[in-house]
Parts: sequence; C-alpha cells; structure tokens
Amino acid sequence: MKYYDKLIFELSKPGRTGYSLPEPASKDALSAIPAGLRRESDTCLPEVSEPDVVRHYTALSQMNFGVDTGFYPLGSCTMKYNPKINEEIAAMPAFSAVHPLQEDIPGINEIIDGLDHALCAITGMDHFTFLPCAGAHGELTGLMVMREYHLRRGDTGRTKVIVPDSAHGTNPASAAVCGLQVVEVKSGPDGLVDVESLRPLLGDDIAGIMMTNPNTLGLFERQIGEIAELVHGCGGLLYYDGANMNPLLGMVRPGDMGFDIMHLNLHKTFSTPHGGGGPGSGPVGVKAALADIATSLKVSGFHGNFGVMLRAYAYILSLGRQNIRLAGKLSVLGANYIKESLKDVYKLPIPSVCKHEFVFDGLVNDGAHDDVKGATTLDVAKRLLDYGYHAPTIYFPLLFHQAIMIEPTETESRETLDAFIDIMRKIAAEAAENPATLHDAPHTTPVSRPDETLAARHPVLKWQDSI
Amino acid sequence: MAGFQYFPHTEEDIRAMLDRIGVSSLDDLYSDVPGSFIYDKEYDLPDAMSEQQIRDFFDRMASLTPRKTVFAGAGAYDHYTPSVIPYITSRSEFLTSYTPYQCEISQGTLRYIFEYQSLICSLTGMDVSNASMYDGPTAAAEAVRMCISATRGRNTVLVSQALLPNVREVIATYAKYSGTVIKLIACKDGRTDFADMRRLLEDGDVAGAIVPSVNRFGIIEDLDGFAAALHDAGALLTVYCDPSALAVLKTPGEWGADIAVGDCQSLGIPLCYGGPYAGFMACRNDYMRKLPGRIVGQTVDKDGRRAFVLTLQAREQHIRREKATSNICSNESLMALWVTVYMALMGPEGLKRVNELSCEGAHALYDGLLATGKFETAFKAPFLKEFVLRPLCDVKKLQQTLSDAGFFGALLTEEGYVSFCVTEKRTRAEIDALVETVRRAAL
Repeated sequence: MKYYDKLIFELSKPGRTGYSLPEPASKDALSAIPAGLRRESDTCLPEVSEPDVVRHYTALSQMNFGVDTGFYPLGSCTMKYNPKINEEIAAMPAFSAVHPLQEDIPGINEIIDGLDHALCAITGMDHFTFLPCAGAHGELTGLMVMREYHLRRGDTGRTKVIVPDSAHGTNPASAAVCGLQVVEVKSGPDGLVDVESLRPLLGDDIAGIMMTNPNTLGLFERQIGEIAELVHGCGGLLYYDGANMNPLLGMVRPGDMGFDIMHLNLHKTFSTPHGGGGPGSGPVGVKAALADIATSLKVSGFHGNFGVMLRAYAYILSLGRQNIRLAGKLSVLGANYIKESLKDVYKLPIPSVCKHEFVFDGLVNDGAHDDVKGATTLDVAKRLLDYGYHAPTIYFPLLFHQAIMIEPTETESRETLDAFIDIMRKIAAEAAENPATLHDAPHTTPVSRPDETLAARHPVLKWQDSI
Repeated sequence: MAGFQYFPHTEEDIRAMLDRIGVSSLDDLYSDVPGSFIYDKEYDLPDAMSEQQIRDFFDRMASLTPRKTVFAGAGAYDHYTPSVIPYITSRSEFLTSYTPYQCEISQGTLRYIFEYQSLICSLTGMDVSNASMYDGPTAAAEAVRMCISATRGRNTVLVSQALLPNVREVIATYAKYSGTVIKLIACKDGRTDFADMRRLLEDGDVAGAIVPSVNRFGIIEDLDGFAAALHDAGALLTVYCDPSALAVLKTPGEWGADIAVGDCQSLGIPLCYGGPYAGFMACRNDYMRKLPGRIVGQTVDKDGRRAFVLTLQAREQHIRREKATSNICSNESLMALWVTVYMALMGPEGLKRVNELSCEGAHALYDGLLATGKFETAFKAPFLKEFVLRPLCDVKKLQQTLSDAGFFGALLTEEGYVSFCVTEKRTRAEIDALVETVRRAAL
C-alpha cells in the first residue's frame, strides 16, 4: 500500500468541471424562488475533472484492505467471500430504477417473498420483516416486537431484559434505546450462561432475554433448551442475536431452540459485502404469533435495503438445499483448525470445541522480563498488518483482558489458514525474543499508529482551507 | 462431495484438518449441540443454481418488473447517476472491507468519510457531520433523541405535519418505545404553522422541533423566526432537508438550526426500490459530543504524517452500553462514498444546474397540467422540483392512465392532492408526453 496524501478539495481548480449536463433553457431558471429562500453562502464542493476524480479515489482505494485483498479473520464479523454475480444482480437497471412507492411490480414481490420463505426455512421462524438496515437496527426492531407483544397483552410491567455479560456491545445499547432496563447474567467458568445465576433474575418484570448462540466466545450455549423453558415459564420471550448465525447455517435452526424473535445480518451470514461499514441489512424473523407486530413496525423509510436483499437471495440460490449443508460445518472446521494449531503459543482460556470463532487471551510468552514491557494483543494485531493480514477482533469480548477473537469463515482454503498459522507462530516467536519489534508495528503500512488522543482532544472533523 | 465454487476444501483438506483437530467427522464438531437441535430434515430451499441459472432467474424477475418514467418524489428522487460512481464504489478495496477499525489499512475509507463529512457540513451550513446514518427517516428519529439528550429533563419533541409521512412514522415508532412525547405542529396553507408551534411551546417540556426545508407538498418553507422562538424556549431546531436542493436553497445553518438531517439519496443514489440509501446528520459545534454514529477525525501518525481515525467514540455503544442514547453501530459507508464521488463530479456549478433543470421542468409540468383543466392550484407558494395539485378528476383513473402510458406519478397525499416531481433526467419530450396523456384521457 502506498501513502497518498491528497483530499479531493486540494485538487480543486476554478473552472474545471466533472459533470455533463445540458444548459437550462432560461437565464434565471430559479426565478420562481424568492431571494429570501435562496442559499447565500458558497459551498466547498471541489471543481475537478472526471479523470481527477477517478485517479483520486483509486489512490484512496489502494490504502484499503478488503476480503478480496487478503485473509480477514475478524471475529464476529464473518468476513466471507462476496460473490461477484451478486453485485451484477444488484446493479440490474430493472431493479435499480424502481421507485419505492411503485406497486405494480410482481418481479420484486416474488423476490422478497422468495427470500422471506428461504430465511424462514433456514432459521425455523415464520415471517421476516426486511425494514431494518443493519444488525443493531434489527436488534432494536426485535426488542420493539418484544415490548409491543407485552403491551398488547396489557402486561405493562415487563421493563427489564436479560443480557449475558458476553453479549455484543450493541445488545445493551439497543435495549436502553428501546426503553428497557438491562439485567446482566454472568457466564460460568465454562464461558456459558450460568442457569443457576439466571433463575433468580426471572420474574413478572422480565420482558425477555437476548442471546447470541454460539456466544461471542464461539461456544454453543448447550443449556439453551432449559433456558428457553425458564424464560417462557416466567412469561418472557427469547431474542436471538443473529450475528453468530454462520456456524448454524445448514445444521441448527434458532426457531427450533425456542427463540421467538431473531435478526440476521445478511452482510455476514449471506455473503453481501460490508462496504467499509454498510450498507447492511438486518431482517427480523418472528414466530407466527408475532408476525402482525413485526409487520406493523415502521423502522425505516421504505422497504429496507433492497439492493442488499437481492445479493443475499442470489447467494442463497447458489447454495440451494445441497450446499447449505456444508456452509456452517466448514466455517467451524476452519476455526477449530486454527485454534488447535496455535493453542500452545496463545493462551486458550476455554479449551472446548468451538463453533465459527474462538477467543485467545493474549500470548503464552509475551517476552516481558525485567523492565522490558511484554507484547500486547494490540501489538500482535498491528504486526499482522505487516505480514499482509487483517487483524482479528481485539479486546472483545470484555471477559478477557487480552482477547483475540478469530473467525476464518468457510471460504478460506487450508493453504490460507496454514499460512496464517505460520505467521501467528512467527509473531509469537518475535514477541518472546524481542517484544520491541511488535511495539513499533506496523512498519509497512501507509501510516502507523495514528495519534488517537490528539484526534479526540483537538477534533478536526472537516476540511478547512487553513489546515 | 460435489464441488461448490465458493468453498475451497477438497476431501483431502477436510480429512487433514479433522485429523489436526482430533475428531473423525464434521458432525463431531457439533458434539456440543444437543441432538434434538440438529436439523436433519431436508431444507425447504430450491436446488442449488449454477451462475447461469441465477442470471436467468433474475432476468425473468426483471421482465416482471415494468420500467416506468418516474415523475414521483416523496423522499426518493430520480436524479442522474454519473457513470463513474459505480466503478469507484465497486472497487474491491472499498466494497469488501469492514468498518475501518484497523486504521493503518483503512486510510481509504477514513479519508472518503472525512471528505463526506466536510461536504455535508458545507451543504447544510453545520459545523460537524457524522459518517452517515441508515436513511433520512431514521436520522430524523435519532435527531429526536439528540434533542432530548441535549436538553436534560425535557421529554417532548414537536414534529411538523408537513414532513413526509414515512419520516413522521419512523419518528413515532422510535419515540413510542423510548417514551418520548411527540406533538404534531399543524400545517397551514401548505406550510408548517409557526403560530401553532409557538402555542405548543407554551405548554413547556419541549426539547426541540423538527421541520422540513422543502415539505411534502414540495413547498419551500420560510423558517424565519423558528430558531429564535425555539431557542428562547430553550429548545433545539432540527431541519429535515434535501441535500441536493441545498445547493440553491437557504441552508439549515442560515435558518439558525442546531441539527440538520435528511436523506443523501437525492445526491445521485439510484431509486433501487427504497434502498440502500444513506441518511445524513450534522449539527453545531455545541452538540458535537451528542452526535450519534461514527465520526472520522484528522490527526498525525507516529512519523508525523497526516492520518485519519474514528474519533470521539466515548459517545458510542461500545463504551456507554446500557446508558446509550443511540445504538447505531455501522453507517452506510459505501453510500457515503457514492454521494462523495457524486458531489466531487458535480462541483458547485453542476449541483446548481441539477436544480435549475429540475426547477424548469417542474414548472413546465405544473403549467401544462393546470392547462388541461383537470387540476386546480392547491397552494400559491414557491416550489423547486416537486409540487401538488388539487385533482378535478378521478385519481385512481389518473394513476392508471399514467401507468398504462409508462409513467409513475400523481401520488395521492393525505389531503387528497396529487404530487408530481421532475428531476433533470426528465426531458421536455417526456414532460410534454405526460401532459398530453392527461389532456387526452377521459378522467
């Protein structure tokens, strides 16, 4: 990657144009608009030519790393390959030119119904709403379904939701925004929700529980059957956070485990690209009794991110009922393979079989001695960048101080995993020998360890001529 | 095992990997899942399709999706998309990357978001923009929350009835479950009624108000006095606006607003049956630390080079968790890139011309439709590219006639008006053809 320092504004030169539009018919085409309603100030929009624009953004792209660039073992993010045919389908003018309020569109209706049906078959739910635009948006929508269910029954005292301490950070935030008070349930030493700690929390003030299964340690919550019975027994509902659905693809259905409401991340489990942080799609699935409520919730402007739904449906059609059988299994195979290959040099706090991801708690030997500071998880992550890998998710979940969360996905070959394992071992050896090599990493990237404190203390959040 | 193009594993690979793990089959990897939860039935899914079959399937769905010439707006505008944009946004390094958590290998994403923030600030006249939201209506719902959080102890937000119905609905949905009281400001003569807003302010408890810049009748609102009235009452003004139109219309900043929100779709994002789009959200410096979502800031790296990072994250759900006032985690990053490239290509003159052409076309259609005698004026008020008329004919028949002739327009409003929208994409010939269709039809 090559460092390129321009911002588009710095290429601007008065008189250059990047557009091609006809001339208006009259001199003052805006004459119908009174002066008092018109803009007074200039804009900072740049004046650049089309080739300037293409070179500039191409240069920016070359400072970026994507799944197509290399291995991206980012835990809980499911960075699988994004098939190209899906992009082609999403760009078809027949779909991209349709206004959202158009109604005479049997083709689009058939696609949405087909996707709904397929997701129900895969998850064991009865109906999906596609309005949520992201995972966190799905969580919020799902919790609204939960609250509305209780409210419609006149059960207004259910204001608390149980969230395990290993949950994704958005779970408690979604609950808070939905007007629910979070009650945390602790994990046991095996990393699973402790049923005995859960029992005393249950009562007629509990709206439900939010669970990720497998959880963020990549461990399957074996007692989910009993948990479902207990929560249903107290009148609550079970919400399934679909961020970790990938290992269950083709093997286990959340609807069969007792979950009433769930969301899926089409941008994780169903191969649509993450786009540098969106657009995603977070459809919410519910059991039949909740379908009316889910359909009634207007949580975004139109019908959700239809372009993302098209991609996901193309992927599901390519999987079909045959290939889906292997998707989850191969993701689990890859994760366990890496875990077993590295557990002698990285601390593995919970040694059981994992699902699609697992968590190390830092290095076995971080090289610390006398007054030499040992290598941290951050150091390992930054060193990986030097070797051409994206770093795993780090310092999450919060249960371990030096968490390194690794998720390989089913689209990575054994050779790719072997090469990654070799590099992770090499980094562990570097740390043991001379941790300073890692403190200074990365060495080969366009920039290295930007000053985040400075950014927060003296915020520069937009371009100004003077800087 | 039959080959599948996305899974690279051979039988031999699987065997060798299982051996390393120390289990004998793939099913053994699910030994921790109670047997009753293993789904052993056939999945109710179609047979796996080849790439050609997938193409054929979607081609068939496309043939069942009639293409119309769009004369409708209502929150989704058919502006022209320059050819360059999809080439840039489909570059793998942008398309297949995650959120820029590892800033050293995400400077591309971080830089275009910084450019995006700068452009949004400039269009809206605000000081700070976040990295984008899901869409306009959700950005408006987040603005409601931001007003509440910025004025501690108050719990009512005023919402103009002149806002698009989907914006009001999303605000109402979010507000219901967070316990915020929403009061509607009435419309008068097709505009947000200033007197009604003053009356509602007298009831107290008001944290802020959301009003449109261009409203659902297409009318350009005169917001003179709104900011002062709200500020006197200790409340915030949020203006919901069309960013494309802000190239020529008075900005939220010029109206004295504290927060500006809206949908970026009008900046060259295809209609795509409603998404993906991107919402924008910007505010004055005073509320910088209340702004939800991601924000990119400029800094230097350890060798003094200009670098960009996600910043001010103490506001985010990672840290605040159960005290959060927003749960938004991602943004619509690629769509932010889309509109950034659009604005770069358009420049100040191009975006102005988009508005001039749209405005000319809309006024030509307005005059043409009135001349058919099948409509009368609904409001005497300035409009840009969208307008409503009072129909003197059967609206269902009108819509069907237009549809049969290949047009999509004449959306019915709550009051029984019909609305039309004209962008720079609509040629004079198309406008004349629509008018002629209406003139000839027996409605």
